[in-house]
Amino acid sequence: MRKLPEEREASTSGPATAGAVKHDSAALHVSGKARYVDDLPAPANLLYAYPGLSTVARGRILSMDLSAVRALPGVAAVLTCDDIPGHRDIGPVFPGDPLLAEGEVSFLGQVLFVVAASTQQVARQAARLASIEYEEQPPALDVVDGIGEQRFVRPTHSQQRGDTRAALEAAPHTLRGEFHSGGQEQMYLEGQAAMAVPQDDGGMLVYSSTQHPSEGQKLVAEVLGLPLSLVTCEVRRMGGAFGGKETNANQWACLAALLARHTGSAVKLRLARAEDFITTGKRHPFYSRYEVGFDSDGMILGLDLELAGNCGMSPDLSDAIVDRAMFHADNAYFLPAAHIRGHRVQTNTVSHTAFRGFGGPQGMLAIENIVEQIATATGLDPLDVRKRNFYTAEGGRDTTHYGQQLNQHIVAPLVERLERSADYRARREAIREANAASPVLKRGLALTPVKFGISFTVQHLNQAGALLHVYTDGSIQLNHGGTEMGQGLYTKVAQVVARELQVDLASITCTATRTDKVPNTSPTAASSGSDLNGMAAKDAAGKIRRRLTVFAAEHFGVAEDEIHFSAGYIRAGEHKLSFAELAQLAYMHRVPLSATGYYRTPKIHYDRTTAQGRPFFYYAYGAAVSEVVVDTLTGEYRVLRTDICQDVGDSLNPAIDVGQVEGGFIQGMGWLTTEELVWGEDGRLQTTGPAGYKIPAISDTPEILNVELLPDSPNTEATIFHSKAVGEPPLMLAISVWAALRDAIASLGEYRHSPPLDAPATPERVLAACQAVRTAHREPRP
Amino acid sequence: MQAQQGTKRCRQPANSGKFFDTIVKFFPAPGMIRFLLNNELQEVDQVAPCTTVLDYLRDHLGRTGTKEGCASGDCGACTVVVAAPEHGRLHYRSLNACITPLGNLHGHQLLTVEDLASEDRLHPVQQAMVDCHGSQCGFCTPGFVMSMFAHRKNHAVPEREEILESLGGNLCRCTGYRPIVEAAVQMYDPAIEDAFSAGESAVAERLTALAAAPGSLHLAQQSYHAPTTLEELATLLTNHADARLVAGATDLALEFTQALKPSDRLVFTGCVPELLRLEEKEGYLEIGAAVTYSRCQATLSAHWPALRELLARLGSQQIRNQGTVGGNIANASPIGDMPPVLIALEATLVLRKGATIRELAIDAFFKAYRQTALEPGEFIEAIRIPLPHEGDLFQVYKVSKRLDDDISTVCAAFRLTLQGEGETITAARIAFGGMAEIPRRAAAAEAALTGQAFNEQTLEQACLALHGDFTPISDFRSSAAYRSEVAANLLRRLWLSQQLSPAQLQVTHYA
Repeated sequence: MRKLPEEREASTSGPATAGAVKHDSAALHVSGKARYVDDLPAPANLLYAYPGLSTVARGRILSMDLSAVRALPGVAAVLTCDDIPGHRDIGPVFPGDPLLAEGEVSFLGQVLFVVAASTQQVARQAARLASIEYEEQPPALDVVDGIGEQRFVRPTHSQQRGDTRAALEAAPHTLRGEFHSGGQEQMYLEGQAAMAVPQDDGGMLVYSSTQHPSEGQKLVAEVLGLPLSLVTCEVRRMGGAFGGKETNANQWACLAALLARHTGSAVKLRLARAEDFITTGKRHPFYSRYEVGFDSDGMILGLDLELAGNCGMSPDLSDAIVDRAMFHADNAYFLPAAHIRGHRVQTNTVSHTAFRGFGGPQGMLAIENIVEQIATATGLDPLDVRKRNFYTAEGGRDTTHYGQQLNQHIVAPLVERLERSADYRARREAIREANAASPVLKRGLALTPVKFGISFTVQHLNQAGALLHVYTDGSIQLNHGGTEMGQGLYTKVAQVVARELQVDLASITCTATRTDKVPNTSPTAASSGSDLNGMAAKDAAGKIRRRLTVFAAEHFGVAEDEIHFSAGYIRAGEHKLSFAELAQLAYMHRVPLSATGYYRTPKIHYDRTTAQGRPFFYYAYGAAVSEVVVDTLTGEYRVLRTDICQDVGDSLNPAIDVGQVEGGFIQGMGWLTTEELVWGEDGRLQTTGPAGYKIPAISDTPEILNVELLPDSPNTEATIFHSKAVGEPPLMLAISVWAALRDAIASLGEYRHSPPLDAPATPERVLAACQAVRTAHREPRP
Repeated sequence: MQAQQGTKRCRQPANSGKFFDTIVKFFPAPGMIRFLLNNELQEVDQVAPCTTVLDYLRDHLGRTGTKEGCASGDCGACTVVVAAPEHGRLHYRSLNACITPLGNLHGHQLLTVEDLASEDRLHPVQQAMVDCHGSQCGFCTPGFVMSMFAHRKNHAVPEREEILESLGGNLCRCTGYRPIVEAAVQMYDPAIEDAFSAGESAVAERLTALAAAPGSLHLAQQSYHAPTTLEELATLLTNHADARLVAGATDLALEFTQALKPSDRLVFTGCVPELLRLEEKEGYLEIGAAVTYSRCQATLSAHWPALRELLARLGSQQIRNQGTVGGNIANASPIGDMPPVLIALEATLVLRKGATIRELAIDAFFKAYRQTALEPGEFIEAIRIPLPHEGDLFQVYKVSKRLDDDISTVCAAFRLTLQGEGETITAARIAFGGMAEIPRRAAAAEAALTGQAFNEQTLEQACLALHGDFTPISDFRSSAAYRSEVAANLLRRLWLSQQLSPAQLQVTHYA
């Protein structure tokens, strides 16, 4: 560079660094300019790939005749497992996920071969022309049978505190029961997509709609037999992910890369919606059975709980998912004696995977169901049962069943704040009165809390890197290992840098996440995106600030403590110059203006042999009150009003955080109400698109939706500007909707009978629960 | 990118378009589909007849702002807006580009998300979405923006219920919708005229000229025809036994995009003026077979207020803008919502084959699963619905898993003729969708009601009888037992509607 650019003008209004700034891509989103993988300009000679799928759920492949596939005009290549030069298994943690089936199929929809063709249409048509002979076996689909048969993808893990058996025997009351919660399809609006572009050095550049570019890079390299250094994975943004692109993006990136390697052309693989539903994992359906002991005040004295996740055909991430269910089987409640077992049941369905909450919601729902049962049995208001069982600072009731001590006791004050602001008690009275006078429509109300542990429970994932460049016009390029899936991560991390360097947010550009910029990254998952990457970026910005401070002190001959960064300017004693002027001056004096940043979460550990430790850096809390109306003739219902209070610490961006809270709540509501996955007895998924699988639509959002971020409650741990994670915790606020539906149904039996209401509470399940309560109410109690 | 050769396009600046349009008007080249992409004339041929608007935009034109979410018309990510002349102005409607055959655009203006901003200034709809934090991942956003744009063009003031109706077919998985509803209100402020308002009459004039000539597409042996007269349509169907008739294509297009079974010859009903009529005649309402739901929604609801809710929940705004009553009948799906209604109302169908016309009672139309009484070359010209009689009790109930944009688990239409002070049921017509392989009447339940006193005991008898009428199936929407139970309970709801207000009886009316 011979001539330095014009410096950028410092903002006169001061830097917009904190607060409710808009998503960095908002203007691109609304004008259709934001590019997703399928929108990237096509390289010359681009080929389109499509997978060929098994049509049986379990069996041995006797023969595979692909001649008709190859014969279709426009088909360029058809590959099977024998064409893979490197690793054939792409299991992310444990083996079990063949890239292309080898002799056996273990779910209906498993990828057997992959086609590349001149158009998407030809590739899709060709993929349906295979002639496959199978020796079929009956698929194993039932999770309860799986426990009995010990059909597990990973060994059962167990957590214990105290003598649970003795506690149950001594308890004045005990209840036994079982409960099912259904799976959930992520239903990101942008389906799975990847494009692989061969490089001149034999390497591969892969554009992938993935939450985990480093894992995509690693697996592509392993499949192709290349060193990781020859593979680069890039993702600028995803059209939603929700966990469904954590490991489930890998297969499509690997298949595109395999075909690209084989043909020498760039190859794009984009799944149509039905195949996306069929071939990618979902939230684990869960089954729980329990025995709980409690007293007449509803205090839990002992809990024996078995949780069983339906993992599908392979381990994938199920070990950590079932662990997280176990870590949340207490929710916000102190369990004086507890024995929690977590089974990882294998079935012949697609391998279930990450979905916002990662097992936490299933564990939490299991205990909330138990609390509801206790409330019905004792005749107490479920809220009172909940409050009585909260963890407290005093009385030795501050440690979880896995040994983590809680040090921020805000769930009780948060719930009380919400109870008041939502007018819970008065509304409850009014609803019960109104129900008595309403023969068909019944209303219900419930307040449920959330305590959610923040950190990857796999310790090594709790690290992150960032890369920061300051250019000589004062503009800044930021890169970090986190991916943008709509959650506003790029915006939040840029805000962190702007705040650290005291520059205008507009001067910072966050570039696409790439494995050649920041290596060895963790998935953007576990709500950790801004916690980890924000800290890494702060570290990088801090290094640059430090260098500039040292330089300015020396250059202007002042002490370092006389250097101040503020509102786009730097003051050095008497001197005041813009950030851009300082950057240029520093460059002329050969000060490096690029830095990497790094962060690892402190304090966390968990010993699986003792099932004790501190797996979470901290907990995020929240609570919601929901009111519903139920038609007891058809089971139809509507959510009328929801009030939420969510703890996000000192919010990095309240607008984005409110968006996460509302969006998470509605998504959780979908999981518990209308989102029903149906598999046939042959293992075929019958709900393969939004026509049959109903995620919440616009009028499902309650007309009254009051969301408050808990004020003046900074994170007591040293997180990024004392904020808290917000991605997953709000999903579980929706348990209030499920509990409110129960409450409405219970009115049919004067609240004396517990409605049997598995999740999702579809109109059909609601009507069945109504009938069960009516029947129980007519019969004398045993 | 797919091959573009053979796609003829004239690119003209907006202001010089008129001259070329005039040439088109007086010398229409045979075999073209003509439409405006914003202000640019598109003349298309040599494209497969089943090509959807979405694929054309993305693969042929490289316009990637419009997204594919499901390719089945169920998510709204691909929503575009289509304008057509109406009284010298333009009428705007949202469509799902993923299930609209390209030829259906003949004589229309197509607007996509790329067209809204002018000179780097966001359209008020877009600005409101930005200001309200209405986008997160941004993938559904173009579709929402277009639905909101159409809504703003069709509604003078923001009403919450109307907004929800217009946006019910746009799914967002990130936001929870609250900020989008807020944006849909805020987009009205300030109430400025946008760039489209100013050009409306000029565009309307150009479109009228384009629509005057029939349109068609050809690719090898495949073709698409958009005839502009009834005779032309009838002749095409008589001469081509393999032709598939296309109206809104909301179901037919799934054969192309999901089953990957394209049709070689498509014939479009939407450019035939006789099929677009909606007329009140002596004692009946006549709906042309190509009249869309959104066109007849207000008229139907005015005559039969019970249809108001059903029509608002039938499909989505995009589907109602595209789908036709005629298509809903000819498609003969067992879960279409309008057939049970029409059976209960004793509608008849005007069927045409060549120059031959016959009138058929609608219950005689449905023969078996997806089989109708239509003969080869025959098509539905119009639907005739007798106007309401004094003393008729008419109710329609739709039960689905989700309230918005969902296929009915059970759809029930009840019409009782009451005598005296409403004490005696002299006639009963009850029809269900979702209960059998075709939409059909509940003969035993009708018999149990006819001639009986209108009271709870009679209704309970009818509920018992109803169980003999149907043997529903279990599928992913519900079990057979739920369908049977709900069907009976809807009959009970009919009785209760005599004592309770809708707000006491249905969650959709609860306030």
